[in-house]
Amino acid sequence: MKGTVGRLARIVAAYSIKMVLLLLAVSAVAFVLVTASPVDPVQQYVLHMGTAVSSEQREEIEDYWGVDEPPAERYLHWLSRVLHGDLGESSLYRRPVADIIGERFLNSLALMAAAWTLSSLLGFGLGCLMGRYRGRWPDRLLKSLCYILSSVPAFWLGLVLLLVFSVWLGWFPIGFSSPIGALRGEVTLGQRLYHLALPALTLSALSFSNIALHTRQKLIEVLESDYVLFARARGEGEWAILRRHGLRGVLFPALSLAFASFSELFGGSVLAETVFSYPGLGSAVAEAGLGGDVPLLLGITLFSALFVCVGNLIANLLYGVVDPKIREVQE
Amino acid sequence: MRRRNGNRRTELVLLAAVCAAVLAVAYGLGIFLPAEALEGNFLQAGQPPSLEHFFGTDSLGRDLFWRTLKGLSVSMAVGIAASLVSAGVAVLAGLAAASGSKIADAAVGWLTDLVMSVPHTVLVLLISFALGRGLLGLLAGIAATHWCSLARLVRGEVLKLRACHYVALSRRLGKSGGWILIHHLLPHLLPQLLVGMVLTFPHAILHEASISFLGYGLPPEQPAIGIILSESLRYLSAGMWWPALLPGAALVLLVLLADKLGSCLERLLDPASAQE
Repeated sequence: MKGTVGRLARIVAAYSIKMVLLLLAVSAVAFVLVTASPVDPVQQYVLHMGTAVSSEQREEIEDYWGVDEPPAERYLHWLSRVLHGDLGESSLYRRPVADIIGERFLNSLALMAAAWTLSSLLGFGLGCLMGRYRGRWPDRLLKSLCYILSSVPAFWLGLVLLLVFSVWLGWFPIGFSSPIGALRGEVTLGQRLYHLALPALTLSALSFSNIALHTRQKLIEVLESDYVLFARARGEGEWAILRRHGLRGVLFPALSLAFASFSELFGGSVLAETVFSYPGLGSAVAEAGLGGDVPLLLGITLFSALFVCVGNLIANLLYGVVDPKIREVQE
Repeated sequence: MRRRNGNRRTELVLLAAVCAAVLAVAYGLGIFLPAEALEGNFLQAGQPPSLEHFFGTDSLGRDLFWRTLKGLSVSMAVGIAASLVSAGVAVLAGLAAASGSKIADAAVGWLTDLVMSVPHTVLVLLISFALGRGLLGLLAGIAATHWCSLARLVRGEVLKLRACHYVALSRRLGKSGGWILIHHLLPHLLPQLLVGMVLTFPHAILHEASISFLGYGLPPEQPAIGIILSESLRYLSAGMWWPALLPGAALVLLVLLADKLGSCLERLLDPASAQE
């Protein structure tokens, strides 16, 4: 047990160094891209504030972006401000970017967690079902469904769900995270979940087919192995074999795949949140880019990279715990 | 068992040919579409699908079928360009990684990790923002995010081939690296690359549509699938279902066809399954 903890600590340490380097690189690339764009952050800020910008405010914002400095120093200057927790002030919302990210991340987290849980459970369940009935009609039917779903763009699926369930059937609201006009303190949990249902369904449809197909493949490998043949010869039933031998070999690969898919989850949430006007990080980043809100765009980009890295770290840890081959290599 | 006329190989070739033909016809129709077909007529605004207008008309009276077709051909052009560029990048990156230099390999691996550590959609938005939106930003963004998996494939393949005896023998006989590349490596890599490129194509199309939907990419007056769908969102609550449903379904059909073409080619060209 002690060996396991030590090994996990080593994985975390090694990956953390890599993660910090990657995040620094992401920040540099993002800063270069934003600097290269025709949109000037100072101009945008002044434009959005109208005539109400005092010369001190202007100086402050020019100081933040290091306007008169050479490019490399500008980046370092900006980076040191970011590392001190100052992500700048959003020109669209006129509030500190860190506050906006904190608030919207909670909304996004609820959405992504719901979608992630749903797609993991659904993907794993259907994958097991397909593997169990490999080559028979449930397998073929579900496999075609998975292939078709992976060709459907997330935003169009969202549109179709919106059309069917909100417009035609009227079961679900058209969008947003709470009833229009309701005060923030008065929104109940039930209302939140009700508004979350369709976006979460849209987002989970994006990734469950991947997990299902992967689980199916793994399960088929397990079921064709010699030890399963032996179990069958001993007279174990098909379901007992699945429970005793199949699930163990399949559960953790599926789980790490699910953690490794945080990147697609975040990318999909940009589209799903835009379709449903859901106030999360994804719709904020799309708005920030369109409205020329440079600090918000940069802030969310960094945050999304952090999010993906954390997912990958968990996936690596799971592999380290479970896979005996990797365990031996690392010891 | 179903009786078969012809073997599986012939079937696959036919299927691939049909997919390719349908895609080519859709592309050709979109390219050579006369400009009048796209013009709006306010007298016929907001009509549901009929024999005259297969997909109905939008709120400005433009025929949605022709608009969708034009949009699909634009998407296909973007998709082809993006998958060509990303295949080129992937080959360079893959070859550099497998060239034997440890530094190059580590650098390419790290670059791949870097691209993978930002969600694709966010990265494409950022690149498109940097280039002032528009077609160029869209192309650059999609090409920059789609080379990773293909580069990994090329790298793995080259590493595998370099370990083969006949390549080692060739080197011992004094053949240069370039000669080995052309005579031993490329004949193996080209089919794989072709398949990889065809399979990248549907992904690129989906990304193009998503980015246009978000309002980046093509300008709003351009007939692109993403733009048609984002306009349809505004009229959805008024009960106009056809601008949302039909163009999107056409896009899905296109992606499925391209995907099918790719998997047919894969089974035909991959030596492991070609003789089945």
